[in-house]
This record gives sequence, structure tokens and C-alpha cells, in this order.
Amino acid sequence: MIVLIIASVAMMSVDHRSQNLQFLRAAISIFVLPAQYLVNIPVEAGYWAGESLQSRGQLEDDNAQLKMQNTLLKTQLQKLNAIEAENQRLRQLLRSSKRVGEKILIGEVIAVDLDPFSRQLVLNKGIDADVFEGQPILDADGVMGQVVHVAAFNSIAMLITDPNHAIPIQVNRNGLRAIAVGTGNQQQLDIPNLPNNTDIKEGDLLITSGLGGRFPPGYPVARVTKVETNPAEAYARITAEPTAKLDRNREVLMVWPESRLNKPDLTQVPAEDSADGSPQKTPAQATTP
Amino acid sequence: MRSSGSLVIILSFFMALTVAIVPLPDWAVNLRPEAVTMMLIYWCLALPERVGVGIGWLVGLFMDVAKGALLGQYALSLTIVAWLTLKLHQRIRVFPPWQQALSVLILVGLGQIVILWVKGIIGQSPQSWTYWLPAVTSSILWPWFFPLMRRVRHYYKVS
Repeated sequence: MIVLIIASVAMMSVDHRSQNLQFLRAAISIFVLPAQYLVNIPVEAGYWAGESLQSRGQLEDDNAQLKMQNTLLKTQLQKLNAIEAENQRLRQLLRSSKRVGEKILIGEVIAVDLDPFSRQLVLNKGIDADVFEGQPILDADGVMGQVVHVAAFNSIAMLITDPNHAIPIQVNRNGLRAIAVGTGNQQQLDIPNLPNNTDIKEGDLLITSGLGGRFPPGYPVARVTKVETNPAEAYARITAEPTAKLDRNREVLMVWPESRLNKPDLTQVPAEDSADGSPQKTPAQATTP
Repeated sequence: MRSSGSLVIILSFFMALTVAIVPLPDWAVNLRPEAVTMMLIYWCLALPERVGVGIGWLVGLFMDVAKGALLGQYALSLTIVAWLTLKLHQRIRVFPPWQQALSVLILVGLGQIVILWVKGIIGQSPQSWTYWLPAVTSSILWPWFFPLMRRVRHYYKVS
């Protein structure tokens, strides 16, 4: 009894301060995996039924809409290519380091409820897909969070709205740097420690600043919803709403930042993945320029 | 005989773990009973010589991983709950159902206090009183849970 209590306390303190117990967590999670997939089956079945029972008219509508969207995006991409090239050229002129592509993989959210007082997700990619701790998670509209625990075949990601999460951001309009802290509320981020006279307005887009080296720079994070300035207080009270659909996503994008790809031990990762026929469910892989 | 009984115990804990992570609608999330703690209390009452502090600790570790919690947090809580149940099992076993439910309320609540304490130390303490609801739902469900598990145990002759 006493031994076990001491063991638990020792484990908690080690786990809280360092990553040394990751292997233990990974080993145990293999046994937990069947429970997670069991729980996920009805949800999967629901989606499957929803998809296969759609009417023809609805599918046609969807198709038309997607085609239109695709055309629009392609048009925008043409411009982007030119800008990208120009950016590259200017960077060369400035002799600053070139930005190379980031590797992206699509992970699926396993419908599992974790602690209701934190905001976390279980994803179906783990060490087998080279997921690492601290890996950024995105969706089509913005940053969702980062991976906190990796196991053999799954991982746990913390959302940016978790009360323990903070993300370095920048106001897109003027480059003002700040930190966005989660509140536990799915629709709200706090931006503390900005003085009352800061140039920040409702509707400002906040993007990742890339400081801290965890999140790649330039991805949208949130939009400012409220700026309250009270002369009696030292700092303004600023709240923002995440642009990513944090509670409505089934699929997320997992990003390998360039710094990670440049490491010698990880250079062969993309080649290896495509070579072994990918045991995972179609890990759609792409590299953004 | 002995091995088949172990299988039933393992499977029952597996089911409890599943209940602990099954997605619930928003209104029910805070009402989720602490199925794993209830299962542990049941087996400690029924087979105190087989299921005890060690099993509680092990199950707690699985729970930690399943819930993505700090490793050791549920392990500590379930160890203490198992120990206390073992101490009191002869008394709780002969209680009428409502009194048993009350003991479960206290035991599950105690487990939650331990977790609250750990969370407080690492600075994640929950901000809402709904944190305590699982103890209440667990004790409300106990008068149905206990006979059900007893029937399961007799059916598979676990001893």
C-alpha cells in the first residue's frame, strides 16, 4: 500500500516535470486502444450511414458547390505561386534562410471523451506515423492545438482552448505580438497582458507568430471578438474566438515543421511512407511549397 | 476455474474503462458515473482476497492513460479507495442497499478528492461544482449495479 502510494506520487512528479515516462504510457495505451476503438464504432457507423444514405440530389449539390470552390481556390493559388516565387527571390536577396515545405498528414479524431475539464482529443496516428510531442494540429480554418502524448498507434492532442494551453500569436494587421491563452470554453481565448492603448481591434485576425518554435508561423488562430478597456485596470481585457472548428472536426492536419524535417534522422520519412504502401487508412500526404 | 474467474474480472474492468471514455451528449458529460471506481469497489467487496490495492493501482494506471491524465493520478486515487474498501468490506457487505449507496458516495467522493488535490497541485483545478456529480450518480446507480454484478459473478462462478 505505502509502496504503491509512493510509486504513484513519484510517477506523477516525474510525468509532470519530464518526458521520461512516455514509454510507459505508450506501452499501456496499447491495451487501452481496443476500448477506444470499441467506443468509436457507433460514431463511425453513424457517419457511414449518413454518407451512404445521402440523396442523389444532395450529392449533386455538394459536387457543384465543391467544383465552384475548387475553381475559386485555383484562381487564388495562381496568384499565390507568383507571390511565393517573389518571396523566395527577395529572401535570397536578403540572404535569409529559405522556407522549405512542411510535411502534412491527415489524422482522424477518435470519438473518445476525456476529462471534461480539459480540452483534449484522441487522434488515430501515433509513433507509427512519426507523430511527435509538441506537433502542431491544424484544420482547414486555423490552428487547433498540439500533440501532448504519443503512443504506438494513437496520440492525444491538446486544443488551444485548454486552460493549460498558450500559443504565441501576432496580429495580422500590424504584427503586434502577444500570447493567446485557453479558457476551457470552446469558443474563447484570452489575450492577457496587453496595455490599454494597444492597437488591437474587434475583428482583427490573429496568426501564429512562430516564436517559441512550436507552431509554424503564419497560420490563422483566432479572431478578436471583444476589446474592453477599463482605465482602472493595467491591461485591456481582450477575448478572441478560434477560427478552427474545434468541436466539429473529424479530420485534422498534422504538420511537421521544416526544422523537424531538416533533422538528419527524419529526412527519409516521406520516402519511407510512400514506399511501404502506407498501412494506415490513406494518409493523404502533401507538401506545401 | 481460477483462470476463468480472472478473465471475467479483467473483462469487467475493461467494460468499466469503456464506459469511462464513451462519448456522451453535452448535458450528460458531467453526470458520467465513475464506472471504474464502482467496479473496483464491487470486486473489493466481493473478493477481498483476490482484488485489492495492487489491482486498484494497476487499473488506475490504465485509467490515467485512457483519460490522458497525469500518469499516477487515478492510480493513487484508486489505491486509496481500494484500501479503504478492504478495511470496511465486512461492514459494507451487510449494509442494506441505500446504506451501501451512501458508502459508495463517500468512497467515490474520496477518490475524487484525491484527484482534485493532485490537479490542484499541478494547477488544473476544475472551476465548477459539477466536478462532484459523478460521485452522486455513482451512488444513485449502485443499488442496480451491485445486484447486476453479483448475478454476473454467480453466473460465471467467479470466486
